[in-house]
Amino acid sequence: MNKAQSSALRALAAPEWEPTIGTPALSSFEAARGALRRDLTLAFRQRGQLIQPLAFFAMVTLLFPLAVSPQLGRLREIAPGVLWSAELLASLLALEFLFRDDAQDGTLEQYALSGQSLTALLFAKTTAHWLLTGLPLALMAPLAALSLGAPASAVPGILLSVGLGSVTLSLIGAIGAALTLGMKRSGALLSLLTLPLSLPVLIFGARATQLAISGETLVAPLELLGALAVLGITLAPFAAAAGVRISLE
Amino acid sequence: MTWTWFHRLGSPPYVYGLARRLTPWLGWPAALLILGGLWGGLALAPPDYQQGDGFRIIYVHAPSAWMSLMVYTTMAIAAGVGLIWRIKVAHAVAASCAPIGASFTFAALVTGALWGQPMWGTYWQWDPRLTSELILLFLYLGYMGLRAGIEDTQRADRASAVLAVVGVINVPIIHYSVTWWNSLHQAPSVMRLAKPTLPASMLVPLLVMLLGFTLLFGALLLVRLRAEILTRERASSWIREALGA
Repeated sequence: MNKAQSSALRALAAPEWEPTIGTPALSSFEAARGALRRDLTLAFRQRGQLIQPLAFFAMVTLLFPLAVSPQLGRLREIAPGVLWSAELLASLLALEFLFRDDAQDGTLEQYALSGQSLTALLFAKTTAHWLLTGLPLALMAPLAALSLGAPASAVPGILLSVGLGSVTLSLIGAIGAALTLGMKRSGALLSLLTLPLSLPVLIFGARATQLAISGETLVAPLELLGALAVLGITLAPFAAAAGVRISLE
Repeated sequence: MTWTWFHRLGSPPYVYGLARRLTPWLGWPAALLILGGLWGGLALAPPDYQQGDGFRIIYVHAPSAWMSLMVYTTMAIAAGVGLIWRIKVAHAVAASCAPIGASFTFAALVTGALWGQPMWGTYWQWDPRLTSELILLFLYLGYMGLRAGIEDTQRADRASAVLAVVGVINVPIIHYSVTWWNSLHQAPSVMRLAKPTLPASMLVPLLVMLLGFTLLFGALLLVRLRAEILTRERASSWIREALGA
């Protein structure tokens, strides 16, 4: 455990050994903010990892012009599907970074024992994860779309739809990652758990992207993506916390 | 009102005996209803004026599709009960539901594809109902995969219960988004399955089959539940007595 990790842990831990007795030293909000800052700090100290989902996203996008056809007219038609398939796969790949290290070095156990709300702490971790993988992917998606023949006018719409959709993807992923925590080879299972639940995001996201490319208004699918994100923010952290507690038993 | 009947349902030996006594009471009516329904559907009901005899697969397809959803709901409720009140038997019920539900879903998919061949001219059409059914199959497979991936039974119970509850919240969302997706992307299907109000001679066998399938699910669930309880309680002494060894 390096210095940043241990100091963040000390800040989170309650003063007493029996954590549920007595009030924790920090409010849930402060604890969550601490966890968020810790995750961001750790991620910036190992910047190399952050590039991987982005490179994967670009790589998947590259497959389609090579496999289908280099004509922009044809690529523009399949661009929404390509973008969102790449987005789902890249976010699936990125889930590996969400809990793995913290489960291995015992940080998650400390979180669970700290007397703080595990739901709030995991929400903070998921937020950090979205900032580190979902947001960069959303910023990169318009570039990939342009390379597939989308007009420049579609950029804001694509940015918004991928940004909103990736919030829900991170939250669903957090549930899946929490439930498969501690399994040795969980990759295939994780995809089987999270992809079916992610399909509504794929449907509305691809629809929004399609409307953005053809220059129409995309308010309706964006609102639905927003609704899914709100539902996810409300419920998913509780399920993730339950999953982590079960996996740590 | 006393809650003893409810508390007794938490006891594996009691539930094991209850399941053994109830199985024939569900199994035999299920067999009779399904045979009667098949006779009514295949022999008594008149051929459809558009689809001829092809429509008769509905007597297997529709009840299977109905059961695939009902079993998932049952599984999620049992899992939720197990999660909240920590009742081991409820987890055993949820675990027993999954393979049955996956089989009904698979049957609905296969009969749907077979029905599609004469009606749509293709085995597979990205029809919203069939697509939802396919996604449901993946939800079942994920649930079973998670159970299989965790060795410790209690952890497997609770982790898969969380998944089942999350899944049951998502099933309606997935269903409606798929319906919406399809209505945007495709012209309406050649054949609308929706109700041109079936005449009684066609409807009654369908309802009989539906009831028969529901009872069949109950009987299968009880048999699987007994096997599940025996596996889980293999170290306990009551098993020796129950099996008469």
